[in-house]
Amino acid sequence: MNQKINKVYHLIKKGVIPIAKNTHTQKITVKSEFTAGVLSAIPIVVGYLPIAVAFGMIAQQSGIPPLLSVCMSGLVYAGASQFMAVNMLSTGAGALEIVLATFVLNFRHFVMGLSLMNKLKKMPVAWKIAVSSGITDETFAVASLKKDMIGKWFLAGLVLTSYVTWVIGTLIGGLLSQVIPPSISESMSVALYAMFIGLLIPAVRENGKWGMIALISMGLNTVLGMFLSSGWSIVLSTVLGGLAGVWLMRRKKG
Amino acid sequence: MTDHLLLIILGMSVVTLIPRWLPVWIMDRITWPDWAREWLDSIPYAALGALIFPGILSVAKGEPWIGLAGGIVAAILAYWRLHIMYVVFGSILAVMMAKSF
Repeated sequence: MNQKINKVYHLIKKGVIPIAKNTHTQKITVKSEFTAGVLSAIPIVVGYLPIAVAFGMIAQQSGIPPLLSVCMSGLVYAGASQFMAVNMLSTGAGALEIVLATFVLNFRHFVMGLSLMNKLKKMPVAWKIAVSSGITDETFAVASLKKDMIGKWFLAGLVLTSYVTWVIGTLIGGLLSQVIPPSISESMSVALYAMFIGLLIPAVRENGKWGMIALISMGLNTVLGMFLSSGWSIVLSTVLGGLAGVWLMRRKKG
Repeated sequence: MTDHLLLIILGMSVVTLIPRWLPVWIMDRITWPDWAREWLDSIPYAALGALIFPGILSVAKGEPWIGLAGGIVAAILAYWRLHIMYVVFGSILAVMMAKSF
């Protein structure tokens, strides 16, 4: 009898016998996975909130009503291009110019999306579309550098928390624009860079190759940035830096 | 003014969603060769490099060393394996101190 139980136990462990998941345990996994996603977003929240507040304030000061700046944060959800749009509006640029510049500045998310979707093969298409809509430099970095499997609920928690922070921060900024001077949020603009560094260094400790790729890409971006807009410069540096990674991997194997 | 702005916002929304959605459509239709997989695996690190530098120099206007100092502090804290929250706050603190000099 005991032996039989042992045998069954081993078969379950090997995955030969699937265990029927009851709804209760599944609920706990969904919740804990979602919570893990929300918690991973905390560094992003710290970085986004002051920038979103600053955006709301600057937009208000250049004559864009809070409702519209919140609308922009909700529909565009791309920090750099939103600041750029406000700046271009105040210099009297046309709509087409602004939209085109936004496209160039955000094309890097295409390359990031390709890389992330490569890891999410098994996810349902609807989830992929929802997650992709929330790709930013920061959510991409956190999601793609996560070591274990990325679940859909983890991504939902990560992406949703970041998005909500961005939109609510914009509203706060629009409402507070008369009370707080924008200079306060300036020291906090280092937060997102610090987060990128905090994600990169542990990976480099594990494998120096990732550091080499990052350094190559930094150099490329510095040089290309002299000739190109920052959007295209980041796109090209990412693509070429990644190719350098292929070369590095091949060289190590051979 | 408001209608014009709303139009710009909608236009911006479309052009930011296109590069975000295209990969979903493409990934389901193409089987990638080995080198392309290695390329896609390397992208996160290349992207981080490009996002960090030289952008970090612009943290304080006209004073690139302030951003650099914040970055170095972040790198040291991350190297000590501190949690990312300490890395972020340590770096903010470093920038605040550097600015007050």
